[in-house]
Parts: sequence; structure tokens; C-alpha cells
Amino acid sequence: MLKKFLAIVVISVLVTMVNLVNAETPKPGGSINVVIQPEPPGLMLGLVQNGPTQMVAGNIYEGLLRYDNDLKPMPSLATKWEITEGGTVYTFNLKKGVTWHDGKPMTAADVVFTATEFLPKGHPRWRVTKTNVTKIEALDDYTVRFTLKQPFGPFLGAFEVGSMPIIPKHIYAGTDFKSNPANNHPIGTGPFKFNEWKKGSYIHLVKNENYHIDGQPYLDEIYWHVIPDAAARAVAIETGKVDILVPGSIEYWDIPRLTKRDDICMTSKGREFFAPHCWMWINNRNAPMSDKRFRQAIMYAINREFVREAVWNGMGGIPTGPISSKTRFYDDDVKKYPYDPEKAKALLKEMGYDGTPVRLLPIPYGETWQRFAEVVRQNLQDVGIKVKLVATDVAGWNQKQNEWDFDLAFTYLYQYGDPALGVARSYITSNIAKGSPWNNVGGYSNPKVDELFANAAVAYPDAKRQELYTEVQKILAEDVPVAWLLELDFPTIHKCDVQNLISTGIGVNNGFVDAWLNR
Amino acid sequence: MARAGQTFSFLLRSSFLWCDVNKLVFIGKRLIQAVFVLLFIVVLNFFLIRAAPGDPAQVMAGEAGAGDEAYVEQLREKFGLDRPLHEQLFRYVGGIITLDMGYSYRQEQPVAKLIFERLPATLLLTGAAFLVSILLGVLLGALAAARVGRWADSLITVVALIFYATPLFWIALMAVLLFSVQLGWLPGFGMETVGAGLHGLAHSLDIVKHLILPSLTLGLFFMAIYARMTRASMLEVVDLDFVKTAKAKGVHPGRIWRVHVLRNAILPVVTLAGIQAGQLVGGAVLTETVFAWPGIGRLMFDALLQRDYNLLLGVFFISSAMVILFNLVTDFFYTLVDPRIELK
Repeated sequence: MLKKFLAIVVISVLVTMVNLVNAETPKPGGSINVVIQPEPPGLMLGLVQNGPTQMVAGNIYEGLLRYDNDLKPMPSLATKWEITEGGTVYTFNLKKGVTWHDGKPMTAADVVFTATEFLPKGHPRWRVTKTNVTKIEALDDYTVRFTLKQPFGPFLGAFEVGSMPIIPKHIYAGTDFKSNPANNHPIGTGPFKFNEWKKGSYIHLVKNENYHIDGQPYLDEIYWHVIPDAAARAVAIETGKVDILVPGSIEYWDIPRLTKRDDICMTSKGREFFAPHCWMWINNRNAPMSDKRFRQAIMYAINREFVREAVWNGMGGIPTGPISSKTRFYDDDVKKYPYDPEKAKALLKEMGYDGTPVRLLPIPYGETWQRFAEVVRQNLQDVGIKVKLVATDVAGWNQKQNEWDFDLAFTYLYQYGDPALGVARSYITSNIAKGSPWNNVGGYSNPKVDELFANAAVAYPDAKRQELYTEVQKILAEDVPVAWLLELDFPTIHKCDVQNLISTGIGVNNGFVDAWLNR
Repeated sequence: MARAGQTFSFLLRSSFLWCDVNKLVFIGKRLIQAVFVLLFIVVLNFFLIRAAPGDPAQVMAGEAGAGDEAYVEQLREKFGLDRPLHEQLFRYVGGIITLDMGYSYRQEQPVAKLIFERLPATLLLTGAAFLVSILLGVLLGALAAARVGRWADSLITVVALIFYATPLFWIALMAVLLFSVQLGWLPGFGMETVGAGLHGLAHSLDIVKHLILPSLTLGLFFMAIYARMTRASMLEVVDLDFVKTAKAKGVHPGRIWRVHVLRNAILPVVTLAGIQAGQLVGGAVLTETVFAWPGIGRLMFDALLQRDYNLLLGVFFISSAMVILFNLVTDFFYTLVDPRIELK
């Protein structure tokens, strides 16, 4: 009897192990259908950096590094890297045998060309990062060295494909980059090659048969479908016409209905590098916003937990300050602003707020954002702040921020994994300038904050950086230059038989190399 | 035999009309007018678009996620927005006169290429909707008039009212919910089954399958109008003396309705059809958006949001030209339907 029992147990364990192994073994082949919205204006990632372009073209091009979900660097086109000379010299060893989609070899010359000639012309983020660099040189065909003026902590985080896509020198050198015909047929080293783009309808990528990782990618092809209507996108995955809804393509009230189904899964992973941080700009230049008590009153007045539950379907985090909890050097030991309308009213009374109405500019990205603005308006009006919602489209929203023509304005920005890359720009005095919605639009100026951010960017080692960022977070939480609203969660919705889609901190942007279909 | 003779006679008359010198003079005058009207529309739209807040440089810099003032200025220079306004206008109008609609700096493609890539999809959709609406509308209107006061008349009237009153996007979404999600009979988006590798007849049938829901959705609104208009117009004509004479002479009732009543009642429908046909290019934005149909309407809407000035102006130019052309065709059609009408 005992022998029989033991036999059953052993067989069960063996069967389970076989199933587990089968479940984990990627199956090659298959075609995958993904939604992309809005349609990218172009796929040449060195010239166009908007979200949809990064999602599609991030699978055509590659960077020197990838980053896991904890934002630790992983090899990509670079297999090894070394930081020496007190953090001022970065040496990358490139993978040998990598070829462009046209068969030519990828070498250090391409990296140097990309970093010194191509990207400085059309890539605003790399242009700013490069100001920290004194020399970029190819030591041989497979070794590149970056020499910095001084240590720059976030530098190793600047090599993901959207921040620094490697561009083929043999195609672009000596040409007008913006009108080069290759822009309409992008050539990269990535796991997928561009095949066809039927404007308004779909973009078709096919497997790179000569990809530099044996056996990958597993998928044969990807179809990116352009579906402008949110309801139609939800229907598309329900009816099985698409397999993946990328982050930002689903209205939050559709999520419970979709994820209730057995065949549809959801993940919040894959946005750690971006860590979208949502806040309300407060125009610090004008009364009553120029009074710190008014700004603090706003923070106490907004019921952020309710907003998260009612508008964002319970998704997202409550921020404590300028740095997201997903970004390096986050510290929550700062002044907190729990929902407390009475405290808000007390502050407004103390400052003598006279009831001057303020204009609130919502983000015109869809119905969820409109509801968000309406809830916030209601919260503010409950404490006596009269709010008028301003209607505009995306271009108008950009312009009003560029021209500082607002009192309160919703926004969200990406943090790019490091405060020096994605946080400081919103709070430093040198970034107060008309013409961009992504700099210090609110006009906050504090010399101490400027000094802390500047020092933290170049401090070495990381422990020193943490000290400085902790101090700056405390100051900003007290001053409330902006009203931090939500750490956004942009989930990826996908058919459950799509496996291993999110393998990095930028998710679908470069995840299809590892994805496979369990069908 | 008699019917073939009638058809031949109709075509012969049409050709005589075409060769008539007066008609040629009429066409010439209208074409000259068209040139000035189009130029006026181009100039007006040029200024109207620029009155909207924001410009393409700001939109693209915003999308880059980290643009600064220098980047915006770089884009403005690329788009030619740093030039004085009058210079931008003269450059654009100069191009239009030579039928050069300019370049979309956002999409890095000639505007003409972008428009003519998408135009066939819109013409297919709106053409199908036009045919559905006019054929169904006239048929139902005639049926209602012939059965006036009876249940068929009431049913058609109520149905027409429902489709006239219900917002187009609602009809579209409900159609998708029913026929695509619940029943699974028809596709809910797109113009074709992507990746199916279909060719020839199979591909054409696939497109037709995708066309059914959007064209019906778009056509039902106008169908309602045609039905009501046809019914009202026929009921006016049916009481006229020549119809009574035809009845008294013992002419078959079907022939009376078709040849005498409908033919004389159709002019208001022709007018409306001309107006609808003129909107073939730009009038399907909602339908194209809900059904992800890759047409001009969506291209225009996206260009508006992105402030892609050249592309937007190009679409306006093409749709204005279509309106003028279809107005001209409608005027000619009047004379074919009723030879008593003269073109002046």
C-alpha cells in the first residue's frame, strides 16, 4: 500500500515537473497582433521620440544596454562595461557578429557616429546628456569609451533604446538626416525588421532571421494595428482580433470587464524606467498660487485615494513628492499631505484667500483625464477655491503651458530611472523658459534646490547622491511647487497565452525579443 | 425592346446635351468660378488654422517628452514657421497653383502622397454609404408614399425618424456590439483582415465584409432623409392633373408610380444627393474613427490635432474641389431628369 502511494507521488511530481518545463520552454513561431495608438508620425527613432514610435521602433533598433524591472543594466549591444577613473570613464565592449538589417556589420564606429553626430541633431534628451561628456571614441571596432567632465551618476541609465538608439553610420553619414529615404524603411539591429506600413491601418514587422541571439526572437511577425477609438480597442481584444493592448491604450473603466475573462491577463510591470508621475502645475508666479499656504491647501484638499479608486480603477500610487517610488533615490521621509479639507480651509483663511477663481487646464488625452479634472475641481471647490475648467486640445494644452497661460495645469512626465534625467528639469531655476511643456513650467525657484540637484547629479558614490536627494525631497515637499497627484500605472493588457512579454523596465518597447506564444 | 429603345433615346439625348455649345459655355464659366472659389477657400483656411492655439513644432516637441526652447525653434525652422506669415502664404498658394500641396514635415512625406494613399478608402466607404442611402431611401420613401396611411407607411416613417435622430457614433458602437462582439458575424474594425495573405477575389470579399457595418452606419442617416423627402415629394405629385389623366387612361399603377410620379418627384432628392456626394471626402470622420477605417476623414482629424498645417490644407483643398465638382454634376443631372430645366 505504501509502495503504491509512493509511486503515485513520484509520478505526480514527475508529471508536474514535465509540465513546468514545457510551460517555461518558449515555442518558436506565431504572429502577434498589437494595438498602437495614436499612429506614430515616423519610425526613425533617432529623430522621432514620441511614445508610439518608441513602442514600435524599439523593436527595430537597439541600445547599448537594456534594464530589468529593478532598473539594473543588462547587456544588449554592449556585453560588458566598466566605470573607472572615479566615475568619469565608461568603457563598453560591444557584441561581435551583430549585423544591421541590411547585412552590414555593426561596429564601434556606428556608436560614435550615433552619439557625436546623429543624435545631437535630433534627440533632445541625448543632447542634454551629452553636455556632460568631453570625449567619445572608438578604441577598436568593438570598444567605445565615453569620457565625462566629472562623475555623472545617471550616465549608465542613458543607454536604453529610446534614449540612445544606435544608428547605422553607413546609411546616414554625409546625408541630410531628416530627408534620408531610410527614414521610411528603418534599418536597425533589432529582433524585428520593418516590412510594411499601411498608413492608417497597420505596421508590419517581421522576424530578423540573423538576429544576434540564437533562437530569438521567437515570434515570426508583429502587426501593430491603428485603432483610434478606445471602445473599438477593447472590442478588438475581446473578439480576439488583437493580442495586446499597450500601456495607455485602454480606458480604465474597461479594465475590470476585460480582466475578468480567463483568457485576458494584465500586468503593471514594464513602465519602471518611465515611472510616469502625474501632478498639477501651479503657476508660482501669480497670486494666490505664489503663496506656499495656498499650494499646501491644494494638497490637503485633494482626496487622492478617492481619485485613484474612482477614476483610475484603484491603479497607481499616491506620491509623496517629486521622485516616484519606482525611481532611484526615492525617500518618503518627507512632510505628508493626507486628505484634510479642514486643514486646507484653515490655511486659506490664514493667508486671507479672497476667493479669486483659478483656471484649471486638464490633460486632453481622453475621458479618464477629464473625469480626473472634474474630481479635483470638486475637491477644491469644497474648500472654497473656485475653479474654472479650460477646454482645449493637445496643441492648445502644449501652448498654454509653453506660454505660462494657466493657473493650474495637469501634466505627467517620465522620470527615466534617475532624478537627474527626469525630475530635476521640473524644479530648477535654469529650466524656467518659455517654449516647452517639459521644463520648469510652474516657475518655482529656490537656489538651495538648484544647488542640491546640481550636486546630486555629479556626486559619487550613490550614497552621497541619496543624501542630497533626500534633502531636496524634504524641501520640495514643504514648498509644494506642484501638487503631486498620482504615480500612474499604465498596465499592459494581453492574452494570457502571450508569454514573457515584459522582460525589461520599458516593457513592450523592447520586450518582443523575449515574447512567445503558448498556442 | 421598348425599354431598350427608351434607354438608348435617353443616352442619345444626354450626348446631345453634352455637345450643346451652351452647355460647354456653362461648364467653362463654372470652372473659372471654381478656381477663384478654391483659392479663396485655401487662403481662408490658411489663416483659420493658424488662429487655433499651438503649432506643429510645439506638438512635436511635446511628444518628444523632453523638448526645450532650442528644439522647438529647430522644428519651427524645419517647418518654415519662422518665416513671416505673408511669405508662408505666398509660398503655399504658389505651390497650390501648380498643384503642389506641399510637404508634411510631421510625417516626412509629400501631402499629395498621404492624401491619395487614403482617398480610395474614403471613397469606397462613402460611395457605398451613398449608394445604400439613396437606393434604400428612395425605395422606402416610394413604398411609404404608395402605401400612405397604412402600417407600412407608419413603420417606414418611424424607422426613418429613429435613424435620423440617433447619433451616428451610437449607431456605430451598437452595431459593433451586436454584430461583432455578440454575434461574431462581422468584423468590428479595419478595412481588411490583416496578415491573412488574401489576394484577388478573396481579398475583395474580405474588404466587402469589413465595409458592411461602417457603410450601413454612415448610410442610415441619409437614408432616413431620402425616405422622408421622397415620400413627401411623391405625395405632392400624385395629386397633380397629369397623374389623374394617366390613371383615367388606364395606365398600369406601377408605371404611374415609377414613370410619372417618381420621376417628377425626384428633383429635391437629387439636390440633396448632390450635397451628400460633395461630402464624400471629408464627411466620415466619426465612422472612420469608430471602425478604424483608414480614410481621409481620420487623416484630417489627426492633422487637426497635430496642427499638421500643410496636410490639413491639402485635405480641405481636395474636399472643396470635390464639392464644387459634384455641384456641377448635380446641375447636369437635373437637366437629364427634367429636360425643361436649362443650364445658364
